Amino acid sequence: MLSIVEIDYGTPKAVSANTVILQIDGKNISVPEGTSVMRAAAQAGINIPKLCATEMLDAFGSCRLCLVEIEGRKGYPASCTTPVAAGMKISTQTPKLAEIRRGVMELYISDHPLDCLTCPANGHCELQDMAGVVGLREVRYGYEGANHVFARIPASKGQKAAIHGRTHELVPNPLFSPKDESNPYFTFDPSKCIACSRCVRACDEVQGTFALTIQGRGFESKVAASQDNRFLDSECVSCGACVQACPTATLSEKSLIDKGQAEHSVTTTCAYCGVGCSFRAEMKGEEIVRMVPNKDGHANHGHSCVKGRFAIGYASHPDRITTPMIRASIADPWKVVSWDEAFAHVGSEFKRLQATYGTHSVGGITSSRCTNEETYLVQKLVRAGFGNNNVDTCARVCHSPTGYGLKATMGESAGTQDFDSIEKTDVVLVIGANPTDAHPVFGSQMKQRLRAGAKLIVIDPRRIDLVRTPHIKADYHLKLKPGTNVAVLNTMAYVIVSEGLVDHDFVARRCEPEAFAKWSAFVSQDKYSPEAMEAQTGVSAEAVRGAARLYATGGNGAIYYGLGVTEHAQGSTTVMAIANLAMATGNIGREGVGVNPLRGQNNVQGSCDMGSFPHEFPGYRHVSDVATRELFEKAWGVPLYNEPGLRIPNMFEAALDGSFKGLYVEGEDIAQSDPDTQHVTAALSAMECVVVQDLFLNETAKYAHVFLPGSSFLEKDGTFTNAERRVSRVRKVMAPKAGYADWEITQKLAQAMGYPMNYGHASEIMDEIAALTPTFHGVSFDRIDELGSVQWPCNEEHPNGTPVMHVDEFVRGKGRFMLTEYVPTREKVNAEHPLILTTGRILSQYNVGAQTRRTANVMWHDEDRLEIHPHDAEERGINDADWVGIASRSGETVLRAMVSERMQPGVVYTTFHFPESGANVITTDNSDWATNCPEYKVTAVQVTRVSQPSEWQKRFRAFSNEQQSLLDQSAAAQPADTLGQQ
Amino acid sequence: MHIERLITMANDIATYFTSEPDHATAVNGVRDHLTRFWDPVMRRQLKTFVTEGGEGLLPLANEAVEGLNVPAVLN
Ligand code: SF4
Ligand code: SF4
Ligand code: SF4
Ligand code: FES
Repeated sequence: MLSIVEIDYGTPKAVSANTVILQIDGKNISVPEGTSVMRAAAQAGINIPKLCATEMLDAFGSCRLCLVEIEGRKGYPASCTTPVAAGMKISTQTPKLAEIRRGVMELYISDHPLDCLTCPANGHCELQDMAGVVGLREVRYGYEGANHVFARIPASKGQKAAIHGRTHELVPNPLFSPKDESNPYFTFDPSKCIACSRCVRACDEVQGTFALTIQGRGFESKVAASQDNRFLDSECVSCGACVQACPTATLSEKSLIDKGQAEHSVTTTCAYCGVGCSFRAEMKGEEIVRMVPNKDGHANHGHSCVKGRFAIGYASHPDRITTPMIRASIADPWKVVSWDEAFAHVGSEFKRLQATYGTHSVGGITSSRCTNEETYLVQKLVRAGFGNNNVDTCARVCHSPTGYGLKATMGESAGTQDFDSIEKTDVVLVIGANPTDAHPVFGSQMKQRLRAGAKLIVIDPRRIDLVRTPHIKADYHLKLKPGTNVAVLNTMAYVIVSEGLVDHDFVARRCEPEAFAKWSAFVSQDKYSPEAMEAQTGVSAEAVRGAARLYATGGNGAIYYGLGVTEHAQGSTTVMAIANLAMATGNIGREGVGVNPLRGQNNVQGSCDMGSFPHEFPGYRHVSDVATRELFEKAWGVPLYNEPGLRIPNMFEAALDGSFKGLYVEGEDIAQSDPDTQHVTAALSAMECVVVQDLFLNETAKYAHVFLPGSSFLEKDGTFTNAERRVSRVRKVMAPKAGYADWEITQKLAQAMGYPMNYGHASEIMDEIAALTPTFHGVSFDRIDELGSVQWPCNEEHPNGTPVMHVDEFVRGKGRFMLTEYVPTREKVNAEHPLILTTGRILSQYNVGAQTRRTANVMWHDEDRLEIHPHDAEERGINDADWVGIASRSGETVLRAMVSERMQPGVVYTTFHFPESGANVITTDNSDWATNCPEYKVTAVQVTRVSQPSEWQKRFRAFSNEQQSLLDQSAAAQPADTLGQQ
Repeated sequence: MHIERLITMANDIATYFTSEPDHATAVNGVRDHLTRFWDPVMRRQLKTFVTEGGEGLLPLANEAVEGLNVPAVLN
């Protein structure tokens, strides 16, 4: 079912500079060349009946309902497949057309159940609508012929009697298929299918998974998932595109079946990944009926993945805590308190800590999951309220090298393009990213472009899905050894320089000449020839040369990268190496090219923009910069500290040596997501006041002294900034379950600390951000409402935002090539730890999993597994599904094995979505030289078959059980009706 | 803080700048990085360590830290 508020124009929008004028039903209409007659009519308010056409998909022309008459042409062409032509004269309603359409509908309805009144699509069923539109009054064939509707049919004659239950000779109907309810989020009821193939085409064209087919021909044809599997067992990734496209109730959301049709719709933004899909939350009062991706969403154009569309149940999960709680020690039960008590407690504790241990003994951590406004307030609380710069964000552990590397080379800590830029890309280079799993909607857009002919280079130790997927095959897959990104990029640079593939014109106009000369000499050293590096990188020289030539000479080249680039000891160096390649080949500053970091969480870009790093004010301005500091001092009314504060790992170190005592953590689970878990939990245990603000009692909260219940993205107003620098609105669709939006909680804490904050609405916070940040001068909630979304910089110079950056010159003026020496990581394999462990994520789960684990998404992934190559498995006597111990120099954990050819020998892989897996018990304290972003992607390990959990897991379980019982004790002691009061 | 950790971090930074052919630029690069990104307490601790001998630091890191600016008063 399509959105309840969008108008469906039937066929996709045509883009053309030429306009065509034609006449439809006597109205003169002008539309871009390439528009279908159907769409031209719809834009003029003339609705031609249709069933197999929808704007989501290319026209197909199978239902024959949209026929029209065109003056001077014979027959009745389908308006969905007929493009407009100048001077056409079209009639959409004639007696003959009415007759044909009624005939078509009569046939459809003769093979369709007549249970409209109890059907979930009732009210928004296109079949029902069309029956009404064409004026269908009778079905002359009756309903007793061959059909897909009834499970059993009479053996031979006497069918009428059979329907009325009077004969005994019933046999199974070969055309009938039962309902498939295997998918947790939607059902498939073939008896209602009209074989329009919208679902099949949605899966092919929009999602690119090719999971559905139409089997059989003519009347026999039916929709099937993969080889006639249940949906859950098929290749289906549950994106829901087919459900949205289906004009009948055949594919329906289970939530729609349960709740009935929504009555209003609110536009908001997905809170999962950095694609930042725009959604219409279809509501019944304060209850969500379903989420439908917004056709006008600039990042997603009406598509979504399983997480954003379906996995929102966590927001109403019973595990959510909705009352503030405090305790003196983590061995005590929690005490439920009023909000006022909680604020006063934190205020007095933090003041006590600062009085006893000094101004710098406390700090805060913001999250990439929070809105811009929330993040801004937390850093303001730290800088202005605490009077120090001890604020950091979880982007520290994912994309901090992006900020550093792109700022150093091009002058701005952000990706250079919008997603749509890929439509003009000829060569796509994906390095250390897995877009089809981690950024699914952009992954689908990328696949569309690749199917349309763009070339593909993948640099990744694993054979990610993109390397080989229906109708796509990578031209080059450089399957490098983990930790050798810089080496491989340097060899590509070597080829580009030594084979004369540099775009000298671009470099001369746009880049610093000395830096270029130095770089070009640097990468031309013999040691960086692909032949010399082969042994270290594991990539054949031939492949490197081919890939480098293709990227440099194949037309518009665009680089997409992810955490496989940043989460390394040389993360920042790799980002700079990527920027160097783009500059050297002139692949910067226009559509179709660029350097594009794919951000993990929804608001990684925003949390960085908002001044979450200890050394920078909002807008990436250093705290030592006098003019900027004075600006903020004036606005905030207090003197501000001019030295960088502590980063997250520094805070842990400082806590362990006793100088850091209090931490305010908003929406972040450092005990699960940061490396070397045992080190982190030791640091948390050493603090006197840990305040956690979250939806759930997460791993960090188990070490907390104060718990402040936060609000989900459905319960507050604000903005998120996606990987394209696109600022989109998050809109409140229901009241906060615990009483306060997160920004209000931070505001109350500031007041309790004696620092005044008095915002009445999140929009006022954005107004302050805009006033103080040059790249945001033009941003306001009103402006975003007007434009739908806006990409910063948005200011006087760019009132409508900036899709492509560095167009005429780089933000820093001239582009600067940086030297990128390859330094092998300290994490080396040896006899004791002979394998390399690398980590990643999968489609259905999100990050530490706190949200997705509390949804039916666990049906696709209910535990983290260790992927291991058959050769390594055999050597160790490991079979699929065996329990295996994974030991590094940091610690040991136990997971089940998954023997897989996707791995290369010597490399094992796991995800980190379940806390008990303890993936971070094994990761080490190695980190990026420039930003301390942890080296999650490379850990030397040994893997052995075991029969019981690791010591850490046993301790973890015991501790978790104890914390759960401390929580239960407090809940039992507390009357339920004080919940959420205040 | 654990001085070993600070030494490792400083050495990592110095290692990046080792490929810089101009020595003065390399030293400034390390020093500037420490000044812009390190909390002053960490800078002071490392500087004290260097005045006491600085064993374990790479020569480039050592040189950079010697001229490192550390605010006189920390509260
Ligand atoms: S849910 Fe998505 S992947 Fe699954 S069949 Fe439908 S369109 Fe294809
Ligand atoms: S399931 Fe729906 S979309 Fe697919 S063919 Fe049947 S009616 Fe059309
Ligand atoms: S998780 Fe990402 S791709 Fe999926 S709907 Fe949300 S923003 Fe879109
Ligand atoms: S809508 Fe045009 S043929 Fe079906």
